This record gives sequence, structure tokens and C-alpha cells, in this order.
Amino acid sequence: MELHELTLHELHEKLKRKEVSSVEATNALLARIEATDQKVGAFITVTADEALAAAREADKRIAAGTMDVLTGIPVALKDIFLTKGVKTTCGSKILANFVPPYDATSWERLRERGAVLVGKLNQDEFAMGSSCESSAFGSTKNPWDLACIPGGSSGGSAAAIAARQATATLGTDTGGSIRQPASHCGCVGLKPTYGRVSRYGVIAYASSLDQVGPVTRDVRDAAIMLGAVAGHDPKDSTSVDRPVPDYTKALVPEVKGLKVGLPREYHIPGLDADVKKAMDAAIATYRQLGAEFVDISLSHTDYAVATYYLIATAEASSNLARYDGVRFGHRSPEEGGLLDMYSKSRAEGFGAEVKRRIMLGTYALSSGYYDAYYLKAQKVRTLIMHDFLKAFETVDVILTPVAPTPAFRIGEKVNDPLQMYLSDIFTIPVNLAGTCAVSVPAGLSQSGLPIGLQLIGRPFGEESIIKAAYAFEQATDWHKQKAKI
Amino acid sequence: MKITRADVEHVAKLARLELTDEEAATFTGQMDAILAYVDKLNELDTAGIVPTAHAVPMENSFREDVATPSIGIDNALANAPSRVEGFFRVPKVIE
Repeated sequence: MELHELTLHELHEKLKRKEVSSVEATNALLARIEATDQKVGAFITVTADEALAAAREADKRIAAGTMDVLTGIPVALKDIFLTKGVKTTCGSKILANFVPPYDATSWERLRERGAVLVGKLNQDEFAMGSSCESSAFGSTKNPWDLACIPGGSSGGSAAAIAARQATATLGTDTGGSIRQPASHCGCVGLKPTYGRVSRYGVIAYASSLDQVGPVTRDVRDAAIMLGAVAGHDPKDSTSVDRPVPDYTKALVPEVKGLKVGLPREYHIPGLDADVKKAMDAAIATYRQLGAEFVDISLSHTDYAVATYYLIATAEASSNLARYDGVRFGHRSPEEGGLLDMYSKSRAEGFGAEVKRRIMLGTYALSSGYYDAYYLKAQKVRTLIMHDFLKAFETVDVILTPVAPTPAFRIGEKVNDPLQMYLSDIFTIPVNLAGTCAVSVPAGLSQSGLPIGLQLIGRPFGEESIIKAAYAFEQATDWHKQKAKI
Repeated sequence: MKITRADVEHVAKLARLELTDEEAATFTGQMDAILAYVDKLNELDTAGIVPTAHAVPMENSFREDVATPSIGIDNALANAPSRVEGFFRVPKVIE
């Protein structure tokens, strides 16, 4: 098998047995990027020289017998992760030339284990979007069908996995930004519980919802990546100080007696027939494996999107106040005083979706509207959270689709932000509740586009969703299907 | 109408965001549609419900008050659009 086709754990075995070097593997992935990225556009920056230098270091470590499971593995990061000395744009013109002076903790943890960074991946600008079309550096294409979006906002992370351009990637998920692109590109994408992974050095969008997680080729790789980045970080006061289990121990294909909740509110009118078929087939598979299904109610589901677009935009308007042209980022060359410089720099640097969300958030927080919008949304968030906590009194995991449809076509929803927002209906509630969920390949549509299923776990229940996802993966071969590119 | 052109212009000023005429017109329509949609939250009685700012319950996170190394002036200024000596340079603040 060609080196770029290997999963992280397969490549690790070959590196360990010295059948292949990290330099060879890194060269294989760089060649694959070279061969395919004109078409896919997953990368904003390719770090070939740095990658080969890191691969040579990794090979020394392998030779010295001090390797880790990540040593020598070519990875790529969404361009939202600060990487010291490597340009980090967050998909925005306002950060087009920003070179961070320090590393994000999650990248630092991968780097210290010997992972090799091959490049930085495209995304919706400031992670605001579900299609990767809001990037200032052009749309990424779905490797399964280049006329379709890869999903977003971590569209580059999923497309790079589907196009076999990186062995594993990291993304971030604020309202579905890991799970939805993973679903659309036939990858595994895991959004950990809020607080499980440090957000230090991850460019902030909505701080109470943002979370870092892996996008990978299979469940085992996701478990390995999660274990590598999870854990308390003194630099992120919202990262939780509790032990990190060995997630690979949860890779047991055993779901006998597992209680799986099916929320009745997720049977929505807009659900695509192929998605429904894939969900029904997944339920049948789990039944055969001995799982038990329980009908549950998440009664406030219908209010989640509205709640999200108030809370996320309010937090974004506050977080993005820092882009003022003073300390970093774009500064308008136009003449004027300080206030002109702020508002012109921001006008020139931000794209339309970011401006729209800053405007909405500023409105929701402004005098006279705070109680009616922001505070109201925070109260509904409590109700949504309670729905989940109540459901988890009777079930172990919750099974839902990831997205109501397979990947839509580029340009299809670009002029209707509300329609775009509504495509996140199944993923957003998980972020509001702060809990964990994983997207696993579960089918192909009639037109050959991947469909993912979502398994939602209780807070810090990553092991249970990994176990359930692994059992499904072992019983099916959807994860072995690949994009023809 | 939930929101008028004048509201949009006011909010843009609060957000320190210069909008073109076209943007102001587009955002007025789009924000109006989105605000009409989020109005559905008012169907819910939330009297007595405690707002959630943060999904994971936690207390303030304290550490010992000990100085630790930081990135230093040169690194901090490395991305500055304009600088002079050890400072960020900005246009005149008081006319």
C-alpha cells in the first residue's frame, strides 16, 4: 500500500519496525499534496522544508529507541492553531501575514511527541461557516466531488484526510465544525467535551463553545490523537484538571447491552432520504451487535440554532474586537485618526460572514437588547443542556445524523445565511450542552457522497462514544471507501 | 421590521466597522430575517431559569502569584503594523 494511504496507527507500526522512515513518509505526503491540492485546495500553507527537518529529527528519535506513537507522523492543522514561526491566517485577510510568536498547546503536545507538520489547512474565516466558502483564500473542494463543499468550518482538515494529504489532522468545533466536514468527507471527526482539550493558542471564535479535536481516517487514529492533545493546561483556565484515560483501551468492538437513545425531535422534515436510509441501516447494525434502543426526547432541539446564533455571535463580537490594526494583523493604509484606523482596518480585513456575525453579536449585546437576546439565549441554553443530562440518565449514547443532507454544491447556500445556519441543527446542541460527540462514516448517497452518523456521549464520556464508534466501524466497511482523486 | 437601516448603522459604529452602502443594505435585510427567526425563543417561558454562560461547572482558577517568562518585547512587536522603539505606533489619538 502506498504510504499516503496508511492510517496513523499503520504508519506508526511501519516506522517502529523501521520498514519506512519518517522522511520517506513525509515525502510521500508532500508529493500527494503536490499532486492533488491544485484541485482540492485544502492547504493555505505547505511547510515542506520544516516538515523534512522535523522528519529527520523524528528518524533520529526512532533510531534512538525513544519514539512515541506520534513520532514521525505527518500531520496538518487547521489554520486556526498558532504555530510558532509558521504563518497562521485563520482563513482571514486580516491575518494574512500573521506569524505567531508561540505555539498552541495542542500543537505543542503533538510536536513534543515528534509529529511532523506538513502544513496549515483552509477553513471558513474565523471558523464561521459550514462550507469553507467564507475563507479569504478560496473554497476548498470536496475530494469526493469537486463541485461540492467539503463542509466547514474545518473543511481543509477533512478534505486533507479524504484526499490522503496528511495522515491525521486537528480541527476545531464550535457548532459542528469538526463533525460536519468529517461527515461530508467520509472521515472520523471527534469533538471532545468542553474543557477536555486546551484552547490556548487557538484563535477564539466563541469561547464558551470552541473545542479542539481530531479529524482522522479511522476511530483508532481519533482515539490516539485525542489522547495526545487532551488534558489540563495551566494556560487555559477552562481546561479541566482530570486524568486523561488511555482512549485506545476503549477500542473494543463490544456494544452488547449498550443503551442507545434516539431523539424523536431529530426526525425533521428536511432530512435527506439517503441520510435517513443510512441512519436506519446503522440502527439495524447496532441492533445486530446487541445494542438496545430507547426513544428519548430532546425537547428544546428546535430552539438550538437560534440560541447558538445569539451566543456564538455575541462571543465573537467580543473576541474579534482585538483585530483593530494596532498590535498585529491588517492596518488600513488610509489616512485618519485612531477610530478611522480601527473601523477601516476591520472593514478591509474581515469578510462578509464575519462582519455579519460581529454585527449580530454586537446588536445582541447592545444596550436595550441584552436581556431580550443574549440573556434569553443563555437561559434557553440551560434548557437544552438539561435535555441532554436527563436523556443520559437512561441512555449511554445518543445516535443521530451529523447533517440533514450530504455535502451541498459550492455556491448553493451562499446567499442565504439562515439556510446555511439551519444545516447545523444536529451538531449545534452538543456544543451548547458542552458534551462530546463523534462523526463516523455510515454510508454513501446515491450520488456517491459520504454520510456520517453522530454518536453523542455524556460529558467526559469520550470512551463510550469511541467504543460505540469502533464497534460500528468494525462491523461495516464505510471507512474503507475512499474518494477517487 | 425587527431592525432598520439606522439600527444597522448604529451597531456598525459600536462594532468599529465601516460598512459600504451596499453592505448596510444587505445586512439590514439579513439581520432582520435572522432576528425574526431567533424570536422563536420567546415561545419559551424562561422565568426562573438560571442562564448558562459556561457548560462545565467550574470555579475561578487560581495559580500562585509567581512571575514566569513571557514572550518578550521583540516577539510581541514582531507582527506590529507600525512600531517605534519598544512601542506600537498608532495615529494621533487626541486631535
